[in-house]
Amino acid sequence: MKVLVCIKQVPDMESKFKVASNNVWYEDTDLAYRMNEYDEYAVEQAVRLKEQVGDCDVTVLSIGPERVKEAIKKALAMGCDRGVHINDNDYYSKDPYQKAQMIAEFAKDKNFDIIFTGLQSQDTGSAQVGVLLGELLELPVVTTIVSFEYNDGEVTVKRELEGGKKSIIKVKVPAVFTCQLGLNEPRYPTLPNIMKAKKKEILTFEASELLKAENLVTTAKMAFPEKKGGAQILEGDVAELVDKVVQILKEKSLV
Amino acid sequence: MKVLLVAEYREKALLETIYELNGFANSLNAEKVFFAVGYESNLPKVAGKLYLADAEKYGEYNPDVHKELIKQVVEKENPDYIVFSHSSYGWDLAPRVAAALKVGQLTEVVAIEDNTFVVPSCNAKLRRFVRHTPGKAVLTIQAGAFAPVVDSASPEVEKIEASAQAKLEFVGYEEAEAKSVDLTKAEIIVTAGRGIGKPDNVPVIEELAKALGGELGASRPVVDAGWVDHSRQVGTTGQTVSPKLYVACGVSGAIQHLAGMKKSDYIIAINTDKDAPIAEAADVLVVADVMQFVPALTSKLK
Ligand SMILES: Cc1cc2nc3c(=O)[nH]c(=O)nc-3n(C[C@H](O)[C@H](O)[C@H](O)COP(=O)(O)OP(=O)(O)OC[C@H]3O[C@@H](n4cnc5c(N)ncnc54)[C@H](O)[C@@H]3O)c2cc1C
Repeated sequence: MKVLVCIKQVPDMESKFKVASNNVWYEDTDLAYRMNEYDEYAVEQAVRLKEQVGDCDVTVLSIGPERVKEAIKKALAMGCDRGVHINDNDYYSKDPYQKAQMIAEFAKDKNFDIIFTGLQSQDTGSAQVGVLLGELLELPVVTTIVSFEYNDGEVTVKRELEGGKKSIIKVKVPAVFTCQLGLNEPRYPTLPNIMKAKKKEILTFEASELLKAENLVTTAKMAFPEKKGGAQILEGDVAELVDKVVQILKEKSLV
Repeated sequence: MKVLLVAEYREKALLETIYELNGFANSLNAEKVFFAVGYESNLPKVAGKLYLADAEKYGEYNPDVHKELIKQVVEKENPDYIVFSHSSYGWDLAPRVAAALKVGQLTEVVAIEDNTFVVPSCNAKLRRFVRHTPGKAVLTIQAGAFAPVVDSASPEVEKIEASAQAKLEFVGYEEAEAKSVDLTKAEIIVTAGRGIGKPDNVPVIEELAKALGGELGASRPVVDAGWVDHSRQVGTTGQTVSPKLYVACGVSGAIQHLAGMKKSDYIIAINTDKDAPIAEAADVLVVADVMQFVPALTSKLK
């Protein structure tokens, strides 16, 4: 069985962001990067599937500059078998359609039985790449999965709907799944597995080798939301902050 | 300008989100056409033409077939925008329609400014102003971003059929777990977010909730990690609450969390990050380490 997991490396969302000088993206130096949270669930599910069926080869793929190899290495240390890096310094100007098209171009003749992606990325949040990839490869796609069961070529998943409701979907492989928070608990790579991962291969492609599509969406500008002047900001010594908050609670008759 | 607005049904009920799409279209002054895979007995109150496919026949969730039905309507009506709610139905179907039409999609639109669509980025810390190539585009609209508009009219229904093949099998719905705590009735809620760091810290937040005479709430990652029961989750996939006081401890303020708590009367957030998006919804942002501030506040209240 062959499995592909598509992951993205994103900044830690608690970072102090700055708009880059090109005005269409954030300044990407000096940020701490990590694997997109939704993709961690995708990697974990792929590795669990491998553990379940035994004869299974898991490829992890990421598009981006050199640094995204760190995210690939983490996925390898979690248990994926090989990495594919689509090297792209201009990653932020590619739209979801172009990203999906590049991945489809890589995947089209590889006969993956199952493809996992995250539901969305934490930085752009377009929630499109997984679905577009499935459409380009003419495979069934199920989004927002919060449970996954594989049994003899058939997959049963739960899709999360609003308000805690779920729907149950069955689909035959090959198929694409986009993973939602809470699907599983991603493992931490162990030291021996980190060592083993160092020997696993990472194939590199240049984005230009795979890219055939024009972009359909462009970013005209990136900016901070205008502060609506919402919150009163309280800073300082904890004891003082406590006094201030108690006073506010009293004024508002909340205590 | 002409827009095609897509309504949704769940277990035969029409979802009210169609009225937000209606409000969005009005804000553009656009000509409107509607589409639904739904039930004739339960139609949206909107003025205009509604293309209706039978949900008994095509299923409430059957994206490969719904895509074909929408394609047919697009061919007939030639709309500039095909508009979905950014919901489990919308974000699933919209990219399929965009791919079928070979057009761009703008996800989670919150506003239109300077002829561009504004979409949140990086947990809503930033915003992107995006454009699509000339011609059609697909949009998904963030819940709550546009005020709902209900028309005092009934749509003119035109039925449509499709012959597409389903690639997935919808087996059925699973109901939400019974709620053991009804946070919707709580007057005070103190919520533990991921910023509390570890499960051992949950009791510290609970203590504050007790000291204030309120209930413990939680953000989603705290629930997903099993630190707090799901019945206490606040947000789009948890409960929608409106207490007198909401204290958000180590909560960043992602859209899906805000959607569940922004109607609270008074909101105090405790966060080490002054720029956390929760500041937009909060009345007071206490910039502090939650594990230092909360125990100190609790003991003062006692
Ligand atoms: C379809 C969908 C549905 C969702 N439904 C929900 C939902 O119903 N409810 C929900 O909550 N989320 C939901 N989410 C998830 C949501 O997008 C966010 O991931 C989630 O709300 C983040 O939770 P958080 O704020 O606790 O954690 P984080 O975003 O990780 O934020 C932690 C915060 O804690 C602060 N912090 C860190 N350390 C400290 C410290 N020592 N002291 C003080 N502050 C600290 C950080 O600055 C940060 O702001 C949903 C997501 C999707 C895609």
